[in-house]
Amino acid sequence: MTPTPASAPALRVNNLTKIYGSRCPDCIENTGPDHGRNVCPACGSVVACANITFEVMPGEILGIVGESGSGKSTIVRCLHFDMEPTMGAAYLRCSGNGSDDANIFQLNSQEMRAVRNQHLGMVYQNPQMGLRLDVTAGGNIAEKLLAAGWRNVGMIRDRGGLLLKRTEIPLERMDEAPRNFSGGMQQRVQIAKALANDPDVLLLDELTTGLDVSVQARILDLIKEIRRSTDAAMILITHDLGVIKLLSERTIVLKDGRIVETGLTDQILEDPQHEYTQLLVNSVL
Amino acid sequence: MTELSTLAGTDSEAVEGYNFAFLDEFTKRELRRKILKAVAIPGYQVPFGSREMPLAKGWGTGGIQVTLSIIGKSDVLKVIDQGSDESVNAVNIRNLVSRMTGVKTTSDTSRATIIQTRHRIPEEPLTKDQILVFQVPFPEPLRTIEPSEQVTRRMHAEQDYSGMWLHLYEDIVKHGKITIGARYPCMVNGRHLMDPSPIPRWDVPRLHKSPVLHLFCAGREKRIYAIPPHTLVEPLEFEDYRFETEDFCGKVCERCGSSDTFLDEIIDDATGNPRYLCSDTSFCEKRQRGEDV
Repeated sequence: MTPTPASAPALRVNNLTKIYGSRCPDCIENTGPDHGRNVCPACGSVVACANITFEVMPGEILGIVGESGSGKSTIVRCLHFDMEPTMGAAYLRCSGNGSDDANIFQLNSQEMRAVRNQHLGMVYQNPQMGLRLDVTAGGNIAEKLLAAGWRNVGMIRDRGGLLLKRTEIPLERMDEAPRNFSGGMQQRVQIAKALANDPDVLLLDELTTGLDVSVQARILDLIKEIRRSTDAAMILITHDLGVIKLLSERTIVLKDGRIVETGLTDQILEDPQHEYTQLLVNSVL
Repeated sequence: MTELSTLAGTDSEAVEGYNFAFLDEFTKRELRRKILKAVAIPGYQVPFGSREMPLAKGWGTGGIQVTLSIIGKSDVLKVIDQGSDESVNAVNIRNLVSRMTGVKTTSDTSRATIIQTRHRIPEEPLTKDQILVFQVPFPEPLRTIEPSEQVTRRMHAEQDYSGMWLHLYEDIVKHGKITIGARYPCMVNGRHLMDPSPIPRWDVPRLHKSPVLHLFCAGREKRIYAIPPHTLVEPLEFEDYRFETEDFCGKVCERCGSSDTFLDEIIDDATGNPRYLCSDTSFCEKRQRGEDV
């Protein structure tokens, strides 16, 4: 039975693995939560993540939690082509361009850029990575649109204004550089930029970390609003179980670069099965 | 070696003791090979081994090397600097080539077969039998937005020009228009972004589908690129902010009365008022003599 397009996952990730270093055949066997390490004792390679397999449906928010160094960011950086995975495949259900079957890691760099510009949105923990701080807020959004082939300044500005309004940036600051903005505002500009091309998949890497609680709340509200109004699949990386509880339906728990538990968020928080998840839940709640 | 030197021959008018056209034959061959590659990939910057020339890098060494490598004894050479045949740079380059080859030189655009130019295209329409050689200070159009050569080469390879478009967008946001005066970035053959050297915007549309072979060479930066005849050359522009040439608001040349040429603004020392003169002196003189140009 072939799934109808509406029920097909927006993103399928299969066996994603990223290893730094010389690599030996035993790297993956020698590391992981059972060994309590991600450095291979035989060759010293760092297994950032291994055998990561999951799916995200359109309109769904998938949470990925885990402690610092567990490989959370590596997964989204690979999916955003910021780094090259060692192994694995990812398939994107792009709105009708026929490339559903193509492993996006096998594309050439020009095609990767096209996928990134047209189908992906990324919000980094640090706005400096996602924004050009010396280019105006409107220009940062325009960059995505220009890369996707927009060539009309009026239309670009209309779209930019709309997105900034939606992310609660006052329009009169559209032509100001984000360098002058507060951290929370920079983060909202980054979200506006990520939304510029109506992405199919939105990658959110620790987007509220380091912001004060009231600003966090407004950004989380914004994400909820985006979920209501778009069909974008979201991958939410965080170490904050409160954020996961508030936003995501399903959650993956990561430890030493492996998925140790996956399931409905409520289930994971109420009835954690894996030892590490129990520790994680107990230490927060 | 002997084979190559017979190719060059000798010329009675050229100064003795130098190879024809100053450069040795191997150098000329390398330059010609690189020129052919540049012609084959319009707008692509081909690296080449720039030689030491008897003038400082940055003063036209690229243009001279191209001119010397393509010139033959039957050629007629014209050299201009910002439209003028009489500037020191133009005169010296012309004298050097003339002494090293013995070829005829001219200031008449229509008689020249090779025109070496710094920052202008002659006003007179050029023909398919002419070659225009540009002196280029900065061959990389993306340098204004990206300092790394490694990155700009990758950007060209992937045709990733959104950074340049963003630069233009920011210009419009800040100033209400695109403020680039000279060195206006152009797409060549729908593929490569190219720096047309610091010619004014006035000259940019004249590169488009021109019957002339345009060769660009930066001696200091060691790059050759070309626009072959009849190639598409499109300045970057937005649908609602079009590329525009300079507007002289109805000013005319004081000497020849032309209103359809690129004018230089000169401040009169005595009165302090601006005066307007054709930048292309040879064209201006022809108009003054009443020739039909």
